[in-house]
Amino acid sequence: MAVTMQTAERRLGRRLLLPTTVLLVLMVGYPIVWALRLSLYSDSITGATRFLGLDNYTRALWGADAERFWSAAWNTALFTVTAGGLELVIGVAMALVMHHLGAFRGPVRAMILVPWAIPTAVAAVLWQWMLTPNGIVNDLLGRQILWTGETTAARAAIVLVDVWKTAPFVGLLVLAGLQLIPKELYESAKMDGAGALRRFTSVTLPLVAPAILVAMLFRILDLMRLYDTPAILTNGANGTTTLSLFTYQEAIDQVRFGYGSALSTLTFMLVFGVALLVIRGCGVKVFETGEGRR
Amino acid sequence: MRVQLARLAGFAVLAFWCLFPLYWMVVSSLKGQSAILSNALLPAAPSLDNYETIFQGAHNLLYALRNSVIVAGTTTVVALLVGTSAAYAAARLPLRRRGLVLGVILAASTFPHIAIVPPLFQLFTDWGWIDTYQALVLPYVSFGLPFAIWVLYGYFRQLPWELEQAAQVDGCTPLTAFRRVVLPLAAPGVFTTAILVFVIAWNEFLLANTFSLTLASQPVTVAIARFTGGSELEQPFGPIMAAGVVVTVPLLVIVLIFQRKIIGGLTAGGLKG
Repeated sequence: MAVTMQTAERRLGRRLLLPTTVLLVLMVGYPIVWALRLSLYSDSITGATRFLGLDNYTRALWGADAERFWSAAWNTALFTVTAGGLELVIGVAMALVMHHLGAFRGPVRAMILVPWAIPTAVAAVLWQWMLTPNGIVNDLLGRQILWTGETTAARAAIVLVDVWKTAPFVGLLVLAGLQLIPKELYESAKMDGAGALRRFTSVTLPLVAPAILVAMLFRILDLMRLYDTPAILTNGANGTTTLSLFTYQEAIDQVRFGYGSALSTLTFMLVFGVALLVIRGCGVKVFETGEGRR
Repeated sequence: MRVQLARLAGFAVLAFWCLFPLYWMVVSSLKGQSAILSNALLPAAPSLDNYETIFQGAHNLLYALRNSVIVAGTTTVVALLVGTSAAYAAARLPLRRRGLVLGVILAASTFPHIAIVPPLFQLFTDWGWIDTYQALVLPYVSFGLPFAIWVLYGYFRQLPWELEQAAQVDGCTPLTAFRRVVLPLAAPGVFTTAILVFVIAWNEFLLANTFSLTLASQPVTVAIARFTGGSELEQPFGPIMAAGVVVTVPLLVIVLIFQRKIIGGLTAGGLKG
């Protein structure tokens, strides 16, 4: 009886996973493999393509387009590090504030979701409006910054929009981690004579570290594919072209499917490599796969 | 007293961060054409002109709203049907290489979406799918699915392990045990996941910007980013802010009503490690 039940459950499991497998293979796996093939050919929609071997890749990596490709890669790395770092610091700070808010915590939990729920495209046009030369941000700062007209300011604007939208989200994830820490730990640390700072570094940080690591892994992967904000806010002007935006401009705007596919494949491999490094390096354990009772 | 003051200060900073841009969008949308440049914190003479502008003429926002509702709604239904099954299998059924299955699903949620844009553009052109709903729905399902599975996996694993055993003792097959016993108990989780997937689909921009060319399929995100109104010289920020409010407010209402569940869903999946 037990054995047949086990077999029936295994069969059910395979059947329940089948639609997911088909969809992911068709809409993710197949296109990624198809891009590999396209990337070896010249650009054409009509079908008259020439086999180029790896020419599309060498063109981007050290050929005619190397400067643009590497500047897009550099911009992407810059945004990932600065925005990711700020989101981490501000997110943790927000979580600590929320954790100690007492009666204010309820309303804060509601409004903290607002930036997350605003579509990135809407957030981008909203900040574009707020960052116009005579806009509210310059007014509040008492400055005349040309936010999208100059490299440093334009990059800062991209980072600002992303941090504004995502730091509260990181804060929520970290807060959930904070709330799991038993109160007794703080009390015994206090009895052992640990000050507030020591309690933070010796109790809080190590215990929320897993939550922070998972949040950061997802932020890094998300930032490495950054497209919406620079596409709308600056359209890549003044040192804000990311790898996704560069690929989009080549593949879609310029209708270069072969070269664009090489760029998309390179972007994919870069992101995948970084993800592996982060997972290996930090020992991020994303899924709890313990077998429970089984 | 000092604690209360510090709390008030923290609350004020967080409220300013989260709400001021939203407030500014609403205020700007209510200012008339001349007043919009004033930066006054309240509109001197509030008017709904901007809202009239976006709901008339050839680029009526209603088309984009219709497209977004259809695309995000269909995506949610399909992703939930397919994702609930898969999450149940991954969480509670005996499975060889469970870690690998979960790893592949996770990888599928984090790959850069640009990686499939050039090949899909070529394939969709061949299939005549450019500017159709399915060109958005099918990729969106594949974006929403891993996320849905990931969140639902967390819900399914929290349920007591005796459920299926008891059901089987009562003569249920594994499938009826899932449908009749486990699924009803996981309904709140499924509902939360549906909201999250809907938000993801509603907010997507990259593929929408690639595959939807006209009002026939263009969703709100693209409509807002490309909104030009009548004037060609300057972006008409008044109507754009009004459109932003229209697109955001329904979402905010849903999110605020169900905020506890949503926070639970966002964090339950994320903190299992």
